[in-house]
Amino acid sequence: MQYTLLILILPLLSFILLGLVDSKWKPRVAGSIGTSVLGIVALLSYFTAWKYFSSAGFSGTYETLIPFHVEWLRFTEQLHIDLGILLDPISVMMLVVVSTVSLMVHIYSFGYMKGERGFERYYAFLSLFTFSMLGLVVATNIFQMYIFWELVGVSSYLLIGFYYTKPEAVAASKKAFIVTRFADLGFLIGILILSFYTRTFDFGILTSGDANVFAGMTGATFMGASVLSWATALIFIGGAGKSAMFPLHIWLPDAMEGPTPVSALIHAATMVVAGVYLVARLFPIYHFYTPDVLHGIAYVGAFTSLFAAVIACVQTDIKRVLAFSTISQIGYMMVSLGVSGYGGHEGLGYMASMFHLFTHAMFKALLFLGAGSIIHAVHSNEMSRMGGLRKYMPVTHITFLVACLAISGIPPFSGFFSKDEILSATMHFEPALGYLMSFTAGLTAFYMFRLYYNIFWGKEHKQEHTPHESPWAMTIPLIFLATVTVFAGFIPFGEFVSSDRKPFESELEPMVAGMSIVVALIAIFFARYMYRKENPLPDKLANTFAGLHKAASHRFYIDEVYMFITKKIIFNHVSTPIAWFDRHVIDGTMNGLATVTQWGSLKIKWFQSGRIQQYAYVILLGALIIAALVIFI
Amino acid sequence: MTGLFDNFFSGSVPLEGYIIVSLIMFFAGVYGFLSRRSLLMILISIELILNAADINFAAFNRYLYPGHMEGFFFTIFTIAISACETAVAIAIVINIYRNLNNVDVDNLQELKEPDSPEEIKK
Amino acid sequence: MVELIIFYVLAIVISVFSIMAVSSKRLIRSATYLLFVLLATAGLYLLLDYEYLFAVQTAVYAGGIMVLFIFAILLTHKPGDRVPNEPKRQRILSIILSVAGFAFCAHIIFHNINRVYQLVPANEINVKQLGMTLMGTEKFEYLLPFETISILLLACMVGAIMIARKRS
Repeated sequence: MQYTLLILILPLLSFILLGLVDSKWKPRVAGSIGTSVLGIVALLSYFTAWKYFSSAGFSGTYETLIPFHVEWLRFTEQLHIDLGILLDPISVMMLVVVSTVSLMVHIYSFGYMKGERGFERYYAFLSLFTFSMLGLVVATNIFQMYIFWELVGVSSYLLIGFYYTKPEAVAASKKAFIVTRFADLGFLIGILILSFYTRTFDFGILTSGDANVFAGMTGATFMGASVLSWATALIFIGGAGKSAMFPLHIWLPDAMEGPTPVSALIHAATMVVAGVYLVARLFPIYHFYTPDVLHGIAYVGAFTSLFAAVIACVQTDIKRVLAFSTISQIGYMMVSLGVSGYGGHEGLGYMASMFHLFTHAMFKALLFLGAGSIIHAVHSNEMSRMGGLRKYMPVTHITFLVACLAISGIPPFSGFFSKDEILSATMHFEPALGYLMSFTAGLTAFYMFRLYYNIFWGKEHKQEHTPHESPWAMTIPLIFLATVTVFAGFIPFGEFVSSDRKPFESELEPMVAGMSIVVALIAIFFARYMYRKENPLPDKLANTFAGLHKAASHRFYIDEVYMFITKKIIFNHVSTPIAWFDRHVIDGTMNGLATVTQWGSLKIKWFQSGRIQQYAYVILLGALIIAALVIFI
Repeated sequence: MTGLFDNFFSGSVPLEGYIIVSLIMFFAGVYGFLSRRSLLMILISIELILNAADINFAAFNRYLYPGHMEGFFFTIFTIAISACETAVAIAIVINIYRNLNNVDVDNLQELKEPDSPEEIKK
Repeated sequence: MVELIIFYVLAIVISVFSIMAVSSKRLIRSATYLLFVLLATAGLYLLLDYEYLFAVQTAVYAGGIMVLFIFAILLTHKPGDRVPNEPKRQRILSIILSVAGFAFCAHIIFHNINRVYQLVPANEINVKQLGMTLMGTEKFEYLLPFETISILLLACMVGAIMIARKRS
């Protein structure tokens, strides 16, 4: 399966090509190149998935395939950094997800970004992002993953700051980069600790379950916890940064300053699930050696999920609502991984997490693209500027409704199946956590339908010009993704992805399923009652719970806390003295040297008179004096 | 001093004779180099200085190392080098003359940074 | 005896004309005095039994270089032009320095010269021997300096043409 290398190479070539020609070609040409390359990549990914699952499935266990592999840097006999392509169920699934969503976004951007300045640059960055994300997914070792992880961060930075003339976009891109970079420091340290003790980067060896790999770490502890726990926890911090887990989630809502298709691709479907993917990739280590860390991940995920869902209920910017919804849903995936066991039905959480990752990527991309379509029509992100749009934008309306039903967990849409499996896995682990997640699911349904009714129903807001349906380039991806969302739930996901790579059949648990449907329906009807027509109830509720409402709409003041820590504490007590030292001591020394030199040169400048004969006088006089000294003394 | 007078009218030419002649020539050259302002005069002075050195080479070679030929060849090479130097120097002088209309060495200060703002205006 | 007389004549010619060459007000005269000095030097070489050096000195210096000088002078000065007077201070300073240097060197020469040399009557250096030495690569043979000088001459030729050519 050597051809899989093309999946990586093609987007890279496309990036270089589009990046170099920049504005020399017509935007349409550049866009067509980017899109057709992505089309090929998507086809190759589908082909790979089909071949992988059909050929490997019969032996009972899905093997890991490494069709391409080069040794890049060799440090010691065991420790070397390689580059390669690794195919196993989750990486193949991710290939499909990334290339599909990316292709949809490429097509969609034709319509959405039409006439924008820097259209070619936009497509170049999209190609770069796709390349990095695919590289991350197929990484054969943790260091290669780290490299592409950072590349993904860079392309995310570039795309959030795409409108570089807008100060908010620039600030948001910096915020995203710094916060994730900060988390990546943890990731890097984790990698270093892990490789220091195990002397390998390779996923195959690390996740083999062979206890000899970690033999070097037994007994090594640091501050009361084993070194391995520290390593895996630090690696999780890296994942938490990319996946916007509390308290490193603050960058994601701001990242919505980027173009909406970018939000759909990066900040909903692909990059933000990299953290989930990372944990899933190292799942055997977490499960067998550091179960405490794994449970910690579950609780962090659960808290983040609830926390983000509450905030999402009161936000008014539709992209912000979707951003918090994304954080919440990634929390679900993390919970699901955290509660999972290993093998067969024990590993339901693992499978459910990957399943939810897959379905979420589809319907969240759909939601974002739908939101983009709405924003395209009304030129605003604010919910209050919308209302009654269902008459003007039928396609967007239907597809958005499908996505809302899916995320709320209404059968037969895909979100129902994946979410339901997460809930049952959680129930088995700890019923209280299960009920909490069910409550969060209810909140999810509520805020999604609040969004839906506010946009498409409710009072019609007077627009400057009548909203109209988006062009075909934007509606085709919507329809495609909606179709996937409707049918993806029927994929027997357990046949393909499981913690021990042996296919197993998962079935719905009627109790859990029934309860989640009921909760979702109640939440939807509540939302319908409050927002379909004008109703004083929302304001009344807001007044009753004034404190909670205010705190939630300020995102629980997490940003303020960060600002306080950075500005008041770090800037004042660390940075200012360092800056003083730099300016006065280091610069002072350098300036002093320069001043002395300058003063000295001005003083001796007259030596260099430019008159040959003066020089000759001096030379002759000097020669005579030296000769006289030598001879007479 | 006595050596010179001993051989004043008898015997062969003493080595000091040559050295004194070249010394006079050399310091005449030095005087010209230091005092004259015309570039061509400076060149003439340089020729004198080089020639003085040549005489020394030849004389020392002849008197002290009669079997060898180092001084002899050195003289030949010096003559060749002074021919080169003169050719290039005169090309430069002519070029300067084209630009400044004279060959006065005091005028050649274009590359120097002016000492004061007044000079910049000039 | 005859040699001594010839030497004195040449020495006087060299001394007088060197001083006149550097102190004359007219450039063309200076050049002429320089020519006399160079020819007298050629005479000294003859006195030292270096016939070949005599020939080179006459041909290259007195022939080639002097022609260059005269051309340069005629190109840059009208006939009869006098060089303007140098500042008195500069001249006096130069005289003092030169005389001091001269006195110093003369002092050293007469107090330190080694008198053990002997003037051996030398055979005439024939041109064949010269050529062999110049082209040889053994010890005391001079092929490398010779080649270096030829490169230098070439470079000078190119340089001089480049510098002096008229720019459009």
